[in-house]
Amino acid sequence: MPRRFPKTNDLKKLKLIANSIRKDVIEMLEEAKSGHSAGSIGLADIFTALYFNVLYHDPKDPEWGERDRLVLSNGHVCPVMYAALAEAGYFPKEELMTLRKLGSRLQGHPHRGSLPGIENSSGPLGQGFSIAVGMAIAAKRERKRWRVYTIVSDGEQQEGQVWEAAMLAYKFRLGNLTAIMDRNNIQIDGFTEEVNPLEPIVAKYRAFGWHVIEVDGHNIKKIIDACEESKAIYERPTMIIAHTIPGKGIPFMEFLTEWHGKPPTKEQAAEAYKILELDRREVEEE
Amino acid sequence: MAPIEYNRNPEEKKGTRDGFGKALVEIGEKDPDAWALTADVSESSRTHWFSEKFPSRFVQVGIAEQNMAGVAAGIASCGKRPFISAFGEFSPGRNWEQIRVSICYNNVPVVIHASHTGITVGPDGASHQILEDLALMRALPNMNVVVPCDFEQSKKATWLLYEQNMPGYMRTSREKVPIITTPETPMELGGSNLYKEGRDLAILSHGPVLHQSLLAAEGLEKEGISAAVVDMYSIKPIDEERIKALAKETGLILTAEEHQVSGGLGSAVAEVLSSFRNDAVLRRHGIYNRFCESGSAKELLGKYELDSKGIAEVAKEEVKKNKG
Repeated sequence: MPRRFPKTNDLKKLKLIANSIRKDVIEMLEEAKSGHSAGSIGLADIFTALYFNVLYHDPKDPEWGERDRLVLSNGHVCPVMYAALAEAGYFPKEELMTLRKLGSRLQGHPHRGSLPGIENSSGPLGQGFSIAVGMAIAAKRERKRWRVYTIVSDGEQQEGQVWEAAMLAYKFRLGNLTAIMDRNNIQIDGFTEEVNPLEPIVAKYRAFGWHVIEVDGHNIKKIIDACEESKAIYERPTMIIAHTIPGKGIPFMEFLTEWHGKPPTKEQAAEAYKILELDRREVEEE
Repeated sequence: MAPIEYNRNPEEKKGTRDGFGKALVEIGEKDPDAWALTADVSESSRTHWFSEKFPSRFVQVGIAEQNMAGVAAGIASCGKRPFISAFGEFSPGRNWEQIRVSICYNNVPVVIHASHTGITVGPDGASHQILEDLALMRALPNMNVVVPCDFEQSKKATWLLYEQNMPGYMRTSREKVPIITTPETPMELGGSNLYKEGRDLAILSHGPVLHQSLLAAEGLEKEGISAAVVDMYSIKPIDEERIKALAKETGLILTAEEHQVSGGLGSAVAEVLSSFRNDAVLRRHGIYNRFCESGSAKELLGKYELDSKGIAEVAKEEVKKNKG
């Protein structure tokens, strides 16, 4: 029997989980004193949708053979993945505070084998996308029921390897592959459209044979719906372009490229907790 | 230790890439989880025998070596045993970073088969004659590196890397080389084969140059120079005990390889020699910090002194310099 744990369709519950993940990410980054804030915070809603609704997985049995695979390609946003994994019960939440420290299982970029729930070592952009394609090929050839999900960044699209992988995914009609692009428009040196434009990104993926869906990357319901839609597309892979706001939920971080690669200070973290607490109460009262 | 028998009058010649292709089919027959991938060079890298027999376990990725390494890593992480094949210039030449992170850091059992390596690629010229691959692969954690000297050893090398169940790299060549070993000739990870004993110096070699080294040593014998010849097929891990013993016995080691003198077997031997107190001299012979050119394999081995004549000349020069 397929397992899906811990799944909820309760939107209020999902929003509270996303709120909690954001708080954990702020806490981890402040403690680590380095890491990528904006992308991690901006992906909280997507990771919530995946781990608490979309994915078939079992935190008590991370190696369960029939699990859906989630391949993180832009490894630098791993704090949000670690927070989601801990929230789902893969490991104790206290361990989150060891991020980037000597002896920690929470490496600065994810390492397969160190931490349960991590499918691939990643960091160098473009590589996870190919790994996801490889998994989907193996699964499709053997008629497995599990699916492959991969999270890619928008800046990552500048790597040529991504397009090699995109071509092959169409060649093999990988209907069991759903990619989610974090379209937050920022990269280290500025806005993607200034550094090296990606647009028209929808047309590019369509031209490569993919089914493309655009969603608001902060609307958990819409993210879930897009993932469900991708399951119904058999003859081609799906790219969900999730429009996100870097640092979403923490106003002083939102939209600013400078928050791509730095952690909050103690004072900034305290400010963020206050904002997140207000948000939490708002959701509770909905 | 007594030398291993080898065929002194080999009649049959075959490419080491053929040995890989044949063993790949054998492995495919035995293991339903064995897969093969190639980047638009299935016939020239000899994966076409596998693809004809096991199409459902074959992946043609097109001209995309970076993607090939990653796709193989993904397939391997699903419990499969993929082999990736391309010309050495492109894999590991182009996809080193993918091999480093997607394969080695993930620690998934992908075997990388690089065909068309070294100057024996011949007429294609310098752009295609990779001479730096051993340096690239030897430096990677979790990676084993093996270079077979002929068809039989190539079959064994393929099995050997497969059996390790971890990342592996093997280098083959396009040029047909005499089959001097038999199916019984030993091959093990971290091993080496002494084919000829000698007192004055030891020639350490691998790949197609090994046979040239043997011929050189046979010729040197007639001139009163006694040269040992060893096939150092396992570049990583390397047979340290063999190197230490030869350093003590001969005091003069000559490495001969179709690779840059930096980073390949020569460097691996230098690392061992500098790790203990000894007064042995090492001459790293190979390609000296340059690009080569078009020509037949035979002409190029001659020009760059990696044929039997060239190796014998270098050996004599070193013996004269150090033992004269």
